[in-house]
Amino acid sequence: MTLSRRSVLTASALALTVPGMPRLARAQSATIKIGVLNDQSGPYTNTGGATSVICAKQALLEFGASNKDLNVEIISADHQNKPDLAVSIVRQWFDRDNVDMLLDVPTSSVALAVQSVVREKNKVYLNSGAASSALTGEQCSPNFIHWTYDTFMLAKSTGGAMVKAGGDSWFFLTADYAFGKQLQADTTALVKAAGGSVAGSVQYPFPGTSDFSSFLVQAQSSKAKVIGLCNAGGDTVNSIKQIAEFGINKTMKVAALLMFVTDVHALGLDVAAGLNLTESFYWDLNERTRAFTNRVKDKTPKNWPNMVHAGCYSATLHYLKAVHDMGAAEAKKDGVVTVNRMKAMPVDDDCFGKTKIREDGRNLTPAYLFEVKKPSESKGPWDYFKQVAHTPGDEAYRPLADGHCSFVKA
Amino acid sequence: MMMIFGIPAPLLFGQLLLGLINGAFYAMLSLGLAVIFGMLNIINFAHGALFMMGAFVAWILLDQLGIGYFPALILAPLIVGVFGVILERTIISRLYKLDHLYGLLLTFGLSLVIEGLFRNAYGSSGLPYRIPSVLQGATDLGFMFMPNYRGWVVLSALVVCISTWLIIEKTSLGATLRAATENAPLVQAFGVNVPRVITLTYGAGIALAAFAGVLAAPIYSVNPNMGTNFINTVFAVVVIGGMGSILGSIITGFGLGVIEGLTKVFYPQASATVVFLVMIIILLARPRGLFGKAA
Repeated sequence: MTLSRRSVLTASALALTVPGMPRLARAQSATIKIGVLNDQSGPYTNTGGATSVICAKQALLEFGASNKDLNVEIISADHQNKPDLAVSIVRQWFDRDNVDMLLDVPTSSVALAVQSVVREKNKVYLNSGAASSALTGEQCSPNFIHWTYDTFMLAKSTGGAMVKAGGDSWFFLTADYAFGKQLQADTTALVKAAGGSVAGSVQYPFPGTSDFSSFLVQAQSSKAKVIGLCNAGGDTVNSIKQIAEFGINKTMKVAALLMFVTDVHALGLDVAAGLNLTESFYWDLNERTRAFTNRVKDKTPKNWPNMVHAGCYSATLHYLKAVHDMGAAEAKKDGVVTVNRMKAMPVDDDCFGKTKIREDGRNLTPAYLFEVKKPSESKGPWDYFKQVAHTPGDEAYRPLADGHCSFVKA
Repeated sequence: MMMIFGIPAPLLFGQLLLGLINGAFYAMLSLGLAVIFGMLNIINFAHGALFMMGAFVAWILLDQLGIGYFPALILAPLIVGVFGVILERTIISRLYKLDHLYGLLLTFGLSLVIEGLFRNAYGSSGLPYRIPSVLQGATDLGFMFMPNYRGWVVLSALVVCISTWLIIEKTSLGATLRAATENAPLVQAFGVNVPRVITLTYGAGIALAAFAGVLAAPIYSVNPNMGTNFINTVFAVVVIGGMGSILGSIITGFGLGVIEGLTKVFYPQASATVVFLVMIIILLARPRGLFGKAA
């Protein structure tokens, strides 16, 4: 088809007169864009991955149903656990694709690397997947909220329970990067404060280690009472499998300091039974968590939501509420203002119930200590956990003053 | 207690043994690679993915059909070997006349596709595969607690490696194979179907990878990335041993397993790198590799 000058003129004249056109143009300029960045092909695919995107979309679906005037788009990318790749994706998202909110971002090294980019571009960064407590401590940012859990909370809940049960000497098996080291540091502090000692530790290369037997034998010869696993995802699964194989669990207690329901699913209950672990969400906690899981589980039947996925849902929902409250145009303008609005509003959703976001960006979710069921106790699909203890949100995390976050006034 | 370099002797012996066990996997995988490279001149980057497939086929056999570990040890290599034959006939055979690099790129691409398909179907967390009940439990060796299954892995790897070496070096079948790589037209003139020999060799190399995959299934979680963790090291093993050298890859496989095991005691952070350090030193001193023949 060729365009004549007349038809172009007619079209533009029409555009000026049709009343719907300017409104459409305005709505388009205020489209809110959410970018879910996580591991979609490596060891953390099931703990985050596509299920995180599905949960973020679920939040949009539920929120959008009653607030049709808000225009929201969700995109996603695979950061392959590489900080450099993640930084370039995030820059592209902010500079070219007008992304307003960055979501999930597991793998602490990656999470820390993009922190400064978000701050520089003054966008919103809601992290559900990464664990390092440095994100709200020395590396904190006013553009950032740490949504679901962190290394301090894991150390306190799982580690604290171990120490209380008599596990006063520890050996750490640690993934050699930001997350593993932070988790080891936080747990070490806790063990020492309780009068315990650390008999030794091994930092193994991440990613790329699948055989842990050498380290396990070293752990055993240290004569420590507890082996603390400062790793995650596939590494945790492999180390627990090999702990059982070498009979380490007969002489030492195993503290899987970060373990998700998805990891238990991968291990099988016969190997995982009896382990203690901490999550801030479990699908079978109460009426509301079951209702949420029922809404999403058909969309991700092989990978039911864990706390990271639930965090993506909860964070997106709360973000949309804040954006709706302040207006999309206003929210797009200033990331810090949006985050401050989110901090001022009470959080309430099906996954975590009522929570509060602290000044330093820490969302105070409750911590649940679980014990993995025996195969005989499990009644149905994904029925894996028994609740052992519950720490309310305001006690679960590192006290505000101890984090030394730069923008929090002492 | 006796100490060696500040490490208690029992711990050191334990590490040596564990190094041998890992070396068994390196040896079996690099053996398949060496056979394929030696006979077909293809740098088979899909080896890791086919190793992973071996483990998955074993899992599927158990989960869907109730076929246990020992039958799977035979069946899975057969199934994956047939898959390898199909790959070779339909795709890889088209590249024999081209430079090595094309084969490398093709097989690398294939491995990404295969891993992607499995990731899509089964996720990445891994699937549980139990150690068969006969091999459960462990034996106290005095200096360490040795899981029976790991002992089984070393033994079966040794048997497989040595018999492969014997078949290629000492039988008439092996002689035909070696002759076919040296001078294909001449061997064909003697009435040997050379393309079929090559296809079957590729299938056998793949079957070795799948066999290692089944052996690995109860130790590591069965997941789509399990091959990628091995493949880089295994290539280093092949290069150090001398490209295409069967005996070289077996000895280097076990040897590097031990070196890696010792690094895990003295400086764990370097355990993933040490193999490449050895590779650099060997290549500087002996560019053909330890057992490589002069070109």
